[in-house]
Amino acid sequence: MRKLILFISVVLFFPFSAFAADNVTTFTLKNGLFGVVIRDTRAPVVTHMVWYRIGAADEVPGKSGLAHLVEHLMFKGTQKHGPGEFSRIVAANGGSENAFTSFDYTGYYQRVAADRLPLMMELESDRMQNLVLSEKDVTTERSVVLEERSTRTDNNPGALFTEQRNAALYLNSHYGIPVIGWRHEVEKLTRADALAFYHKYYAPNNAVLVVAGDVDPAKVKALAEKYYGPIPPSKGLKPRNRPSEPPQLAARRVQFSDSRVSQPYVIRTYLAPERNAGEQKQAAALTMLAEVLGGNGINSVLGRELQLKQKVALNASAFYDGLSLDKTSFGLFVVPAKGVSLQKAEDAMDAVVAKFMQDGVDPAQLKRIKAQVRASQIYGRDSLQGMARKYGEALTSGLTVRDVRDWPNLLQAVTAKDIMAAARKIFDRKQSVTGWLMRANKEAGK
Amino acid sequence: MKRLIAQVLVIFLLAVPAHAALNIQKVTSKGGITAWLVEEHSIPFTALEIRFKGGTSLDLPGKRGATYMMAGLLEEGAGDMTATQFQTARDALAADFNFAAHGDSVSISAKFLSENRDQAMSLLKQAIEAPRFDPEAIKRVRAQILSLIARNKKDPQEIASSTFDRLAYGDHPYGSSSTGTIKSVSSLGRDDLVTAYRNSMARDRVYVSAVGDITPEQLGVLMDELLGGLPAKGAPMPPKAKIVLTGGVTVVHFPSPQSVAIFGERGIERTDPDFFAAYVMNRIFGGDGFDARLTREVRVKRGLTYGVYSYLADFDLASMLQGSVSSDNDRMAEALDVIRAEWKKMADKGATQAELDAAKKYLTGAYPLRFDGNGRIAAILAGMQLDGLPASYVKTRNARINAVTLADVARVAKRLLRPKDLRIVVVGQPVGVKSTD
Repeated sequence: MRKLILFISVVLFFPFSAFAADNVTTFTLKNGLFGVVIRDTRAPVVTHMVWYRIGAADEVPGKSGLAHLVEHLMFKGTQKHGPGEFSRIVAANGGSENAFTSFDYTGYYQRVAADRLPLMMELESDRMQNLVLSEKDVTTERSVVLEERSTRTDNNPGALFTEQRNAALYLNSHYGIPVIGWRHEVEKLTRADALAFYHKYYAPNNAVLVVAGDVDPAKVKALAEKYYGPIPPSKGLKPRNRPSEPPQLAARRVQFSDSRVSQPYVIRTYLAPERNAGEQKQAAALTMLAEVLGGNGINSVLGRELQLKQKVALNASAFYDGLSLDKTSFGLFVVPAKGVSLQKAEDAMDAVVAKFMQDGVDPAQLKRIKAQVRASQIYGRDSLQGMARKYGEALTSGLTVRDVRDWPNLLQAVTAKDIMAAARKIFDRKQSVTGWLMRANKEAGK
Repeated sequence: MKRLIAQVLVIFLLAVPAHAALNIQKVTSKGGITAWLVEEHSIPFTALEIRFKGGTSLDLPGKRGATYMMAGLLEEGAGDMTATQFQTARDALAADFNFAAHGDSVSISAKFLSENRDQAMSLLKQAIEAPRFDPEAIKRVRAQILSLIARNKKDPQEIASSTFDRLAYGDHPYGSSSTGTIKSVSSLGRDDLVTAYRNSMARDRVYVSAVGDITPEQLGVLMDELLGGLPAKGAPMPPKAKIVLTGGVTVVHFPSPQSVAIFGERGIERTDPDFFAAYVMNRIFGGDGFDARLTREVRVKRGLTYGVYSYLADFDLASMLQGSVSSDNDRMAEALDVIRAEWKKMADKGATQAELDAAKKYLTGAYPLRFDGNGRIAAILAGMQLDGLPASYVKTRNARINAVTLADVARVAKRLLRPKDLRIVVVGQPVGVKSTD
């Protein structure tokens, strides 16, 4: 109870440091496992997550989709817990579980009653080192993954378009290769590929443990010692020096048409810097730039001009996510109104951005955005899973706990001048891809 | 290992009552509006959920899409504020309002900070009591909805569900998309939207829940302020839907590499004595666990899909037992064969004791975990009120799951899973799958 009172007064006293009240503690085990505990006693529930610093962008050429296939195979069992038993035990305890793969990380989680944490640690630490795979497991699960690719990507022209655009934006970085993998490469992934990848990267010194919920941090650390502590670190791990972008010297255009498209749109992405440890100011300015230009519909620069005033767009937005290990992208997006060509929509978008570069940031709008950023820190505390995810994602994308804590303050500190400086730097057409999603035989030639 | 689980479960069963003591207070305002409240003062904000029963099923003949568009316009200008002025005021307060129309309700979800609660609520009041439906906003939102309708026509998942709904519910509002058609939406005028607003948003059908940093007294005042100005009565509720679904296969040709299928037949009402048996049976048959029969047979053993599920689709005016699967065009026929075989097997033989035990453990264990987070709890409490459940349901629900026997599961499986009444709608270019009618 003492803690709770303290926590409220902190919020009241320093309204701009809501993050300081997030009750986060950390520890590192001897074998290199890094642990984060987020305490919240509102409900007797806990989220247990293990994040590995390995993602699709770490795959070697020709093996696209391997990180994601391994994620699927992690549910196939160990010597101690046979096929399906992990999931059966989680379900028998009323838990939910899942896993996810991104360019920079692979993560596993269970959400259970708080007193079930030791059991989850026992299961998760077991599969960190003892995975057993049969040939049939791999061939069947590869089929499942190919069906997943069909569902997510091949059945969705917008997703196919995104693949083509990313392949054009990143000349060298593996962010140009889809996380789920190119179909012809996924089809050839083998059991040996999966096991080699697993043995190399699934180890405590490559993992981040995040526990969020009604738990005592000291007890979580003791449990982590017990279950994860005995696992030896992987020896072959090297720093993640992945292929990086060379100077980009030519603007690129991608025009993708498909008979399944009914609503064309134009989207441009620029190569952009990411958040780096101790160096997040530029990313903070870009985050605010995206909000100013297109974060909130008709209340942002693009929406106000293109939707409300000129009426040439159904929707207009801007987007940027700085949470990335390597260089990422900043995007502009316009859905033209009926009868407006993609060329006209693109020209109008460019004109609005050009005018914005002249006019600068409206101080009242920036003030509103900062109020929302501050509120989102408060609303964000309502979702423990969201909090756990925020830390896991940051810590596997090259950031530290301190960077996560600094971030809200850095956003509050961004000035109109910072935003314009970041905008001038980012809007270089030579480092961009402009994409048109088109109906078959319709938009071409306009 | 088995022993360990058993021990843990004992502890857990003890833990359930403690947690189910979630303190739901019933708050009735001076003006006579009732809300369910859970006070949670540790984070300085409140999650507020408001529901108006009826939703898009109240659309008048020929006016399909009116309620959907109406809800989309609630944040597009109110009182003396234009859309821009309204949204500017909302953003300055960092309040979060969501307005949406669903098959059986119109929903308003709001999050607001304690420090500016009064201002945020007087703004929300404007949207609820005095939406403007400005011609300019109507034009803009209409164009967005028309674009959405056009997109849905080329989305295999949407084509499959709209085809299934038409076959299931015919002319009833449930038989068509709540967004309306290009034709109906194009012809909707301001008067139609005002009518939809008056018909669907009234005090005789409103349900409220709040979770967060707010006291019963504050909530009482807030409700009268927010909702007191609404008319006492809205339009009468529509009749139950007459289900016209027949067994068979419908193939809709669409140029995609993977086929999408929606399948189902008549379901079971929430008030039916066998509802809980059906709920448990469905967990065993088509739930989202790796051990559910459909997932085990279609995905885990054969790799024919990324996802296959069945679910009890219980609406206010109809109930369906429905499912979905996606499979590459050359594998859909096999996936459907496996699903049909499982359908029959469950109907003929019911479940095993081990399956029943596992389903009960999961369902009873997972239930208290849902009540995690102000926003989540508020949404659950609003849904319970719409379903006509008492607040005490959170304490009695698990006992009803635990009371289901193997015989109950077998009986309800035989009753609900009738292979000859199963309708399968497939969208794509499935090899070896033909329409039967």
